[in-house]
Amino acid sequence: MQLMVMNELPRYTRLSGLEPLVITPEMLFVNIGERTNVTGSAKFKRLIKEDRYDEAVEVARQQVENGAQILDVNMDEGLLDSEAAMVKFLRLIAAEPDIARIPVMVDSSKWSVIEAGLKCLQGKGVVNSISLKEGEEKFLDEARKILRYGAATVVMAFDEQGQADTVERRLQICERSYKLLTEKVGFPPEDIIFDSNIFPIATGIEEHANNAVNFIEAAKELRKRFPHSHVSGGVSNVSFSFRGNNTVREAIHSVFLYHAIKAGMDMGIVNAGALAIYDDLDPELRERVEDVVLNRRPDATERLMEIAEKHKSGTRDSGLGTRDSLAWRELPVAKRLEHALVHGIDQYVVEDTEEVRKTVTRTLDVIEGPLMDGMNVVGDLFGAGKMFLPQVVKSARVMKKAVAYLLPFMEEEKKKSGDVGKSNGKIVMATVKGDVHDIGKNIVGVVLACNNFEVVDLGVMVPAQKILDTAIAEKADMIGVSGLITPSLEEMANVAKEMKRRDFRIPLLIGGATTSRAHTAIKIEPNYETACVWVKDASRAVGVAQTLVSKALVDDFLAKVRAEYAEVRERHRNRGPAKRLVSLEAARANGSKLDWKNYTPPVPNKPGITVIDDIPIPELLKVTDWTPFFQAWELHGHYPAILTDEVVGKQATELFGDAQKILKKIVDEKWLRAKAVIGFWPAARVGDDLELTLPSPSGRGAGGEGTGSAGAFGTAEPSSAPDGAPSPEGRREEHVMLHHLRQQADKPAERPNLCLADFIAPKETGVQDWIGGFAVTAGLGIEEHLERFHKDNDDYSAIILKALADRMAEALAEWMHREVRTKYWGYAPDEALSNEELIAENWRGIRPAPGYPACPDHTEKATLFKLLDATNNAGIELTEGFSMYPAAAVSGWYFSHPDSQYFVVGKLTKDQVDDYATRKGWTLAEAERWLSANLDYDPD
Amino acid sequence: MTHSLPWLHPDRVAQLHAALAERILVLDGAMGTMLQGHALDEAGYRGARFANGCDAEHTHPHDGEHADTHGCQRDLKGDNDLLSLTHPEIIRDIHVAYLAAGADFVETNTFNSTSISQADYALQHLVRELNREGAKLARAACEEAERKTPERPRFAIGVLGPTSRTASLSPDVNNPGFRNVDFDELEDAYADATHGLVDGGVDIVMVETIFDTLNAKAALSGIARVFDELGGRLPVMISGTITDRSGRTLSGQTAEAFWYSVAHARPLSIGLNCALGAKDLRQHIEALARVADCYVSAHPNAGLPNALGGYDETPEEMAKTLGEFARDGLLNIVGGCCGTTPEHIAAIAEAVRGVAPRVLPSSKSKAA
Repeated sequence: MQLMVMNELPRYTRLSGLEPLVITPEMLFVNIGERTNVTGSAKFKRLIKEDRYDEAVEVARQQVENGAQILDVNMDEGLLDSEAAMVKFLRLIAAEPDIARIPVMVDSSKWSVIEAGLKCLQGKGVVNSISLKEGEEKFLDEARKILRYGAATVVMAFDEQGQADTVERRLQICERSYKLLTEKVGFPPEDIIFDSNIFPIATGIEEHANNAVNFIEAAKELRKRFPHSHVSGGVSNVSFSFRGNNTVREAIHSVFLYHAIKAGMDMGIVNAGALAIYDDLDPELRERVEDVVLNRRPDATERLMEIAEKHKSGTRDSGLGTRDSLAWRELPVAKRLEHALVHGIDQYVVEDTEEVRKTVTRTLDVIEGPLMDGMNVVGDLFGAGKMFLPQVVKSARVMKKAVAYLLPFMEEEKKKSGDVGKSNGKIVMATVKGDVHDIGKNIVGVVLACNNFEVVDLGVMVPAQKILDTAIAEKADMIGVSGLITPSLEEMANVAKEMKRRDFRIPLLIGGATTSRAHTAIKIEPNYETACVWVKDASRAVGVAQTLVSKALVDDFLAKVRAEYAEVRERHRNRGPAKRLVSLEAARANGSKLDWKNYTPPVPNKPGITVIDDIPIPELLKVTDWTPFFQAWELHGHYPAILTDEVVGKQATELFGDAQKILKKIVDEKWLRAKAVIGFWPAARVGDDLELTLPSPSGRGAGGEGTGSAGAFGTAEPSSAPDGAPSPEGRREEHVMLHHLRQQADKPAERPNLCLADFIAPKETGVQDWIGGFAVTAGLGIEEHLERFHKDNDDYSAIILKALADRMAEALAEWMHREVRTKYWGYAPDEALSNEELIAENWRGIRPAPGYPACPDHTEKATLFKLLDATNNAGIELTEGFSMYPAAAVSGWYFSHPDSQYFVVGKLTKDQVDDYATRKGWTLAEAERWLSANLDYDPD
Repeated sequence: MTHSLPWLHPDRVAQLHAALAERILVLDGAMGTMLQGHALDEAGYRGARFANGCDAEHTHPHDGEHADTHGCQRDLKGDNDLLSLTHPEIIRDIHVAYLAAGADFVETNTFNSTSISQADYALQHLVRELNREGAKLARAACEEAERKTPERPRFAIGVLGPTSRTASLSPDVNNPGFRNVDFDELEDAYADATHGLVDGGVDIVMVETIFDTLNAKAALSGIARVFDELGGRLPVMISGTITDRSGRTLSGQTAEAFWYSVAHARPLSIGLNCALGAKDLRQHIEALARVADCYVSAHPNAGLPNALGGYDETPEEMAKTLGEFARDGLLNIVGGCCGTTPEHIAAIAEAVRGVAPRVLPSSKSKAA
């Protein structure tokens, strides 16, 4: 058996200090510590000039402690021997393992200083920077040397003509640099980092107003064109005009980063430790900063200046509007703890912890209650990209402080309860190799210790061998491994393999934020069948551990777990072989390209909402597809051939006969009522979304005469559309966004990666296009009849009735579609299709339904229902889980383009899910929940 | 760029790649351990050439006072590399013994043949010669073996050792910023040695027993410089040393960080040797096998040194552990370091015979 074969090594940037730094997409943003820079920090400059290198080394240490993942070192100062200073400082930090563990960025405008720095780095560092400023020859020569020294490099968007300031120049210079580097030097694309110049905004000079926007736009395009390379920049430049006002500066940094990171900036030189949280900025400040950053209004700078003084704070390092005031101290204590954890404020944490402790019977409840709740909030914000690693590090510090305060109390309680000395069992715990996250593990440790387990905690980054050696030496009853980052998952599998190889018999407990039942079942347990147990969170740890040491319970428990994991694996296997997927970017590039120049979309005859109430049921029977009716009874075959089928023919005929009897009653006695609502709205494609234009609230808009109400949308509708843009006529229009997903299968160019949005004219073409929607039911009134059947214990008839209602709803959808094509939209007035042709769907246009393969997101039904006001207009309700009630109902969209077709979106990669989440205003976790069946990956 | 230069010996490189694709190749074992068996004294090391105190083949001005150069006033006992010149038959016999035991590679007797290490014996002037002659001895032994079994190519690896100094560490505990060697000195020394090895006809060069990655980076830079000068290149092997159970190199790097630091040289192989026995080396070899897009090598010691500085692991014990590595798909190249003998190599060769070599990750990460 080959344990270690890995078939693919992703093309990541792989740097190193004493330890590796692999820049994976999951990292979102790499913080480069900026304080060890004489041009950026007055303090550091003073320390170097005064030869106080000991203290200068401490500045580096603080940057690392605050979460810097790369350390920028710059000694460019006129009065310094920069080369000597660079060498001296790098040699000194090389002797500090806490600092030297991360890679160094050698930062200088002088090549000689860079080269001197590179000669001191044993790891793979980064050069900052080279550029075409002095021509190609020098650029190429330096790049070759960097490659020989083994470093990545920042490339400045600077050429012989000067520094790039427009989007076009940025792209042009970066592209030229990239080509030279990759084609002439053989430089790996992943070792190229573009710094396309962050320039100040709000300077009062009009030409500067778009500086941030230009950078952000360039970042987006650069990541698109050069997906393996990175985009970085010196973030503090952007707020230069507010120097002296750190609150406003940090707010600008936060807002700028929020947008730049979304666009693709994935590295930045920042003051690790002084990053404000976007969500926590004072709303007024944030809005005005956002106006400036995004250049949203001409008076943005003045408006920010107006309030800047108010937000000026004396204290350094305080970007949070809320952190300045102590208003949060008025909140209930649990909220105060949450605030302290989210903001990393440890000033009051002991007193708040004490306040909670006095109110609980068990000290442990403080940890399991408010403290854990607070850390969960931190985890959510981090997951949503609204908090950065340095802030999480601070949160952990606050948490540790609180836990440390509680420990003596818990010891005391243990003594009082009298079970000193006799432990329940012994567990060896560790955060696995390559991972430093130990909050969860520490909490589990505390919780287990409080329950009389002896805990041997090996700390973080512990190699498998050490864990296993310790377990043997300590005669442990179980091993617990934890980790937060995704590569830790692989390491956990490795621990399991090693346990098997070394013939272990004790259980292995798996925990940590990225672990999951599925991952444990699929990737870990098969390596160590003896006993692998995934522990969801700290609160379950005690129960699991106690069970595992209980002779009476352990065997049953493990058997149950094993069976459960086997089932998970079985389900996983049945997902079929994985197909190769392409990135969202690539899928979009291969989208269908319809010719909009030579095509005029048909205008509906009756725009707006129409309710159709009196639907003739016999008409529906003519277009009913009976095959699925039999399928519902697990009789397989096509109607009508199934009635004479060798195997099931007799049963099918009998069933059909019974159904006909009930059907007659449905028609004659009017058991069921059918109702439909349809609507048409102007629509334009925006990316993979569709922007609908609603009639103006005054009702004078196109198609405002519909019988239904279109006023269900308030302006507060959380769509991502721009709010209320004035239309050419001067009316205010409302926009609603419909969100769609795109196929990501690896397809040849002649078979496009489809997305429903492709079938609507893009906004930029200016072509006026339309989309329709419908909701129909044939199940109104079904309840009383079902009830009667149930009372009579006649389940058979009840099921027939339901199945018939389903068929009729489907038939109604089909019938309605034809009415739409020939009358309401009217683009095929002369259409004459036979019933067979109808079933074979040989017509123009499609009616895909949210939750089905072409648009698998069920939640879009909510938008559709609001647009149609389907509950009032057709009597159909939507449940919390977005299923329709009555069940005999169909809803969906109408597309009229002759090339529109049904397709299966299929599996999605994380980049699309992430992108979709952003468009929907969801967190990634929400998107993963709603799209779980389509995920091509195991969500963390 | 260096990577686009043609091979100096394209046929040998083709044979090497073909062999690596097919099976796990075997390195030789320790040179020092074998030499200990000869129990040479000072006169033995000096041989005829240095018998009279000075290098008889080197004329230099003796202006009155006899200068401390050219090995004149130093004990030369312990300068194993010198034996390539003073007792070439001993070195050749050791190569022959390893090839007979089943080694596909022999490593030249040039571990200390840099100007920095030879400075301890004041023999810097011999650097080119030591490397050239060491290379010739290894290559000659390979050719002899190939004559007997022409279907199996053998390869001479030109060894570049760590030198006796480190560029990342201060030898003075009170002055952490101090260094007794820098990158440029190391690069020059390694370039000089490389020239000698290439002249003597080695098939491969290997930077090995790397304690300090910065030394290795200087070596790789020096090697690249030589290739540029010659207009052709040889495959390069890199092998680091995890010094103790802390799991780090002497200069503090983890195995993975070490690989990322030298990957730019696009070596033929990355691996670990010396310091630890096979058992303790396993997790670090695993780390490399997981992330390296080149071949992976391991040539551990015969266990950890005992109280007397000797090595106790038997050929059988060592072969069992390394055989496990191989079956778990961790290895492309395997051999022995301190304490290993032809018996060890024969047992290791037997243990990996027929075991499929590690499969290289499909290298999305490899630049064009």
